[in-house]
Amino acid sequence: MSQAEYVAAAYGVVFVALLVYVAIIAAKLARLERETAALAELARDRRADV
Amino acid sequence: MLAAVAAALMGLAIVFAFFVAPEDADQGISQRIFYFHVPIALTAYAAFGWGAFKGLLLLWRKEERYDLESYVAIHQGTIFGSLTLLTGSIWAKASWGHWWLWSENQLVLFLVLFLFYSAYFMLRFSIEEGPRRANISAVYALFGVVLIPVSFLAIRLAENIIHPTVFTRDGPQMSGIMFLTFCIAWVAMSVLAYALYRLELLGKRLDSNLRELREALS
Amino acid sequence: MSYLADVATLARKDLRLELRARDTLPAMLLFVVSTLVVFHFALPAGADEVAAQGLLWVALLFTALLGLARAWAPERESGALEGLVLAPCDRSAIWLGKAAAVFAFLAAVELVALPAFALFFGSVDAATIAGVALASVGICAVGTLLAAMAAASRTRELVLPLLFLPLAIPLVVGGVGASISPDSGRYLAFLALYDAIFSILCWASFEYVVSE
Repeated sequence: MSQAEYVAAAYGVVFVALLVYVAIIAAKLARLERETAALAELARDRRADV
Repeated sequence: MLAAVAAALMGLAIVFAFFVAPEDADQGISQRIFYFHVPIALTAYAAFGWGAFKGLLLLWRKEERYDLESYVAIHQGTIFGSLTLLTGSIWAKASWGHWWLWSENQLVLFLVLFLFYSAYFMLRFSIEEGPRRANISAVYALFGVVLIPVSFLAIRLAENIIHPTVFTRDGPQMSGIMFLTFCIAWVAMSVLAYALYRLELLGKRLDSNLRELREALS
Repeated sequence: MSYLADVATLARKDLRLELRARDTLPAMLLFVVSTLVVFHFALPAGADEVAAQGLLWVALLFTALLGLARAWAPERESGALEGLVLAPCDRSAIWLGKAAAVFAFLAAVELVALPAFALFFGSVDAATIAGVALASVGICAVGTLLAAMAAASRTRELVLPLLFLPLAIPLVVGGVGASISPDSGRYLAFLALYDAIFSILCWASFEYVVSE
């Protein structure tokens, strides 16, 4: 591998790590959204019962 | 807002690293890895220090939030530490033709720290959640920052008795523009790390709030 | 002065328990000698005496780990740690007493290991002995605290080596350096520095490790 390719690899690794991080956060946000929706429904049911 | 600043700074750092800074006479283009590798390392140290500081606050003030802040900081530090090892290894291969060099003190130090902080997670996840876990994690985080200088000293001392130092490298003698590029990259990396830290904290706090809500409602 | 008296009482209790049970110390002795024998077979033919010096430290570290894994076992099995923590003595005295007892065990093991090493691999000089002594202080101080952390964990025996080894690396550097380097004073000074720094840290932070 030429030197320039190594440099690209190094920066690439950092970039990919960042992207992976973003993906993890996105997945987490989706999960949180699902959970809050479920909780909102629970609250609605509760209020209907009372 | 913070993320936008981080993104802008990172963009600026990349432009500088590749286009503005002159090519290094000795090492050629592979020297440009240094503009990311060293800031990442410094950011990792800062994250570990921040984590230890929050741990100290936990032990002293006993407020629960410090535990999460300490944990997230150490998590960030470990991620940046792994990146330091990866980029450092690539740099070593590009400069000297070997994926690992025991003579590179910074790399060896990060290896030791990586082992230490990996054990932090093993410890933390094998203890029941609660004040005991928070206290133990905080004490361990404090041990970590003490270990950093002690290990560094040990590695320096080990140079003479372990492998002979085959590869020597002059410390980076940077011209003005190179130094500016380095500083920009350092600030950019620090802001990025802080943005990620706040993001992760937010996520974890959301998690725990949701859990409480769920328990309250069901 | 009652602080030191507490420490002495605690250490004496551990020594007496071991004298009666006689399980940990014989195991450590046998382990260290077996390890040294394994090392003989693990060293390639051309390996010199200097390489063997390093192996002494590996043997000592892992023997110490063996002993440390059992260090808090009496308290755990009888639920006594909670009682000790509630006792009127300073919590750090618990650590100091236990570390002193572990040091006594380790010293007993080293009294056998060093002659065995000299027998199998060549001589052991004064610098090595000083290095072993100084490093043992660090091993016992840090190891005792880490073992208390591990005792709170589900995976006790698994996690203790993971916690211990990174912190033990500077001790190995100091010890091996003292053995093989002509400038052994520097390495012995480093070991003393490690001992001082980490002992103070352990002494100050132990109460947080065992309290809620």
